[in-house]
Amino acid sequence: MSDTPAPKSLRAVGNFIDDRFHLAKTGEKNLRKVFPNHWSFMLGEIALYSFIILLLTGVFLTLWFKPSMTEIVYDGSYERLNGVLMSEAYASTLHITFDVRGGLLMRQIHHWAALIFVASMTIHMLRVFFTGAFRKPREINWTIGAIILLLSFVEGLFGYSLPDDLPSGMGVRILQGVILSIPVIGTYVMMFLFGGEFPGEDIIPRLYMLHILLIPGILLALIVAHFMILWHQKHTQYPGTGRTEKKVVGTPMYPAFAVKAGGFFFFTFAVIVGLSAFVQINPIHLFGPFTPTSITSGLQPDWYMGFMEGALRIFPNWFDFNIAGYAVPVAVLVPGLGSLGLLAVALIAWPWIEQWITRDREHHNVADRPRNAPTRTALGVAASVVYGLLWLAGSNDIISETFSINLYLTTWIFRVGVIVGPVVAFIVTKRICLGLQRRDRETLEHGYESGTIEQLPSGEFIEVHKTSSPETVHVLRSKRPVPRIDVEATDEEGVESPEARSVMGRLRNRLAHWYTKDNISFEGVEPHSGHHLHHGHATAGAEQEPANTH
Amino acid sequence: MTDNNNLNGAGAGAEGRDRVIGTPTADGDTLVSGTEESAASSQQRHIGPYPAVETHPRTEEQQRKGERSAALWFLVAFVSGVGFLVSYFLFPPAADGAPSIAHPATAQLANMAMGGTLALSLFAIGAGMTVWARQVMPHYEVSTPYDELPSSPKEKSSFSDFFMRGAHESGFTKRPLMRRTLIAAMLPLGLAPVVLLRDTGPLPGDRLKHTMWESGMRMVVEGTDREIRATDLDRVGGMISALPKAPHEGEHGHGLTLNEQAKAVILLIKMDEFGPDMTEQQRSWTADGIVAYSKICTHVGCPAALYERTTHRILCPCHQSTFDAANGAKVVFGPAHRPLPQLPLRVDDEGYLVAAGDFSSAVGPTFWDAEKGD
Repeated sequence: MSDTPAPKSLRAVGNFIDDRFHLAKTGEKNLRKVFPNHWSFMLGEIALYSFIILLLTGVFLTLWFKPSMTEIVYDGSYERLNGVLMSEAYASTLHITFDVRGGLLMRQIHHWAALIFVASMTIHMLRVFFTGAFRKPREINWTIGAIILLLSFVEGLFGYSLPDDLPSGMGVRILQGVILSIPVIGTYVMMFLFGGEFPGEDIIPRLYMLHILLIPGILLALIVAHFMILWHQKHTQYPGTGRTEKKVVGTPMYPAFAVKAGGFFFFTFAVIVGLSAFVQINPIHLFGPFTPTSITSGLQPDWYMGFMEGALRIFPNWFDFNIAGYAVPVAVLVPGLGSLGLLAVALIAWPWIEQWITRDREHHNVADRPRNAPTRTALGVAASVVYGLLWLAGSNDIISETFSINLYLTTWIFRVGVIVGPVVAFIVTKRICLGLQRRDRETLEHGYESGTIEQLPSGEFIEVHKTSSPETVHVLRSKRPVPRIDVEATDEEGVESPEARSVMGRLRNRLAHWYTKDNISFEGVEPHSGHHLHHGHATAGAEQEPANTH
Repeated sequence: MTDNNNLNGAGAGAEGRDRVIGTPTADGDTLVSGTEESAASSQQRHIGPYPAVETHPRTEEQQRKGERSAALWFLVAFVSGVGFLVSYFLFPPAADGAPSIAHPATAQLANMAMGGTLALSLFAIGAGMTVWARQVMPHYEVSTPYDELPSSPKEKSSFSDFFMRGAHESGFTKRPLMRRTLIAAMLPLGLAPVVLLRDTGPLPGDRLKHTMWESGMRMVVEGTDREIRATDLDRVGGMISALPKAPHEGEHGHGLTLNEQAKAVILLIKMDEFGPDMTEQQRSWTADGIVAYSKICTHVGCPAALYERTTHRILCPCHQSTFDAANGAKVVFGPAHRPLPQLPLRVDDEGYLVAAGDFSSAVGPTFWDAEKGD
């Protein structure tokens, strides 16, 4: 059964292709590509599959959607809105919902897939961050990933704006307000984007073009680049026996991974379709058409815009100022553009910032365990806390109503929270990481607690420690020695290096010290060899060593 | 595959999952057997430059079971796929009399039927493929070396020599006149796309600072044609959302474009008394205790539509900017900075409320020159 020759027809196809492309060798190499096995490597896959679903359903929706702001009087299948003035965009969305079979389903799949697309990318990115998989040589792919994520926010916002229902138009209104706040050029940018004053008749056709052509085109190109780089550099992998910086271990692409990944695509698709079938999303027919004079309370953006919405809500107006009579609305600029800008810069620059601090120029193929990079992990958690609090602040009115808390009090809680929260999160996370490191070190040195109690000749009871499995020892020993940067370092003659004396050099040394100072050293730790009385128990009476007797 | 393999296959297969084929079993006297033949052959099958460390083949019995359950899943997928097609035709679009998806409840039902069958079909395909991969295919991991990413110094210097030779050959480095004029030639073309965008919209000028309100213009309740008298405010709980009255034909709307509405909409509020922060000028813009403020929030432009009579506060539901209606709509909480612009009011000879001019300042989100005069 192993050496079945390829059937004649298949050989013919293969030869046809190979005659023209010389693919036998490359083809085999790529079909043998190794995919390490771990659940967390499937997060990026979910994002990829949702993107495919978005493309498919998006094409379907364009068959009927009319990106036009021409006002018409509705006279269609949805009787409750008959006789109401609305844009053609809104009317055509009603048409897709109530006249096109499967239209409602496709709309809901498109919306759910968009939410899951951004969510899976976010979690994928957190995974890559916390395991240090962004380190050299993969910084560029991290950057591409960050740009994909940020572009998707914009893509999602624009898509949300197209149906021209009340919340969607309000989103465009807020976008317009934020653009207007840009000093000097804000009014020009807004006039050019909207083709005049708000709302005008141009914004939906233009957002439509951006949403279905320009941004998806760029996204597709970036996703292809992301994938090709990944293919070329190969995956990172978690520490384990046989997995080294030089060698990647996993399931080959063909046949097993291809079938598993195919199955996973269908699972992803099934979950999204299942949600779309049974969980209503964005019922635009209930919201009614957009008018700039109406509003409803409890408006919520799609989840990925929540952090900006929250920032807009809690940022106080104390910093707004005027220069020679010209207004600078800081309370719009900072949360509206600054929050996104800060996120963009932090994400894109992080691999290089960390490299600069740690002077780590090596190639890394084995992922870090988050605990072994405590400062990075703590920073990541602190940033996530800020993001999470801003995100929650985006629904402070709903929190206020649900829990009967004063509305302004919720604002204050979040204002204080985004400052105190990350500090607490940083300290706590770092301590947890260091605690885990100590436990690792102890497990490595003394083996694991077996639960067996033994009585020594002296009458004392001790718990027997047993040797950890080779796999555990391997994983524990994967912790890399952390070079501690000594801030006061001098050369043999007691002279500081010129670099250490410059302002940037000093800053860099201080940061490096801060980044590495607390790390637990595993150097010189020998794995537990199996006998439990291996240090300091030459005499049976000297059982004061606490490490052995817990 | 022989029957013999199947007989002891179950035990050896389970064991084989944890151990390397060909190593002694736990009791030490026999090699892992039973699946040895298939194991050896499956190892051969994926032999290549990087052979698998361990292979865990599935026994014939396991494979057969796997095949059966995968096939069952695929059948489920087929049936629910057919169900999807059926439910597509089950619910027709707008038909007279018959239940159609034009009715929201039927649309929802159709959505559940189509979505449910489609989801089940997709799920079953996924499940079948997973069973296939896990129970029919052998499990093994192979390893490949990571590519040595930096090129060797020899390759690098060869490339660098080649590249520089080409650069010299082309004259690009040696002939600055040509190089610089070429760069200069590109510059205007680089600007062209920016210039081409000029006609996407008009220049702002001072159009953001003015609205259609003029002295003597009457106002109507938003959404209706009813003109507002000063006395109307007493009946409706103190607050009316209003727009300028404009002549129009037809039964729909108020003859205003969305652009006009977006700037002209006002809140009319009847106050018992005004606060100390209300200037003389602001008081003079009120009529019979009625004050008019722009309804558009000065933060990012949502309608500040919530009014609480007891505290005379106007709240924008988007970002909770709060304005004090009794004190010139100054900001009392939230991210907005500028007060809501006030519209001067008076009462005309027939008792109708009319505007006495345009707003006191620019309406809507604050922009660069919003607080500058014309």
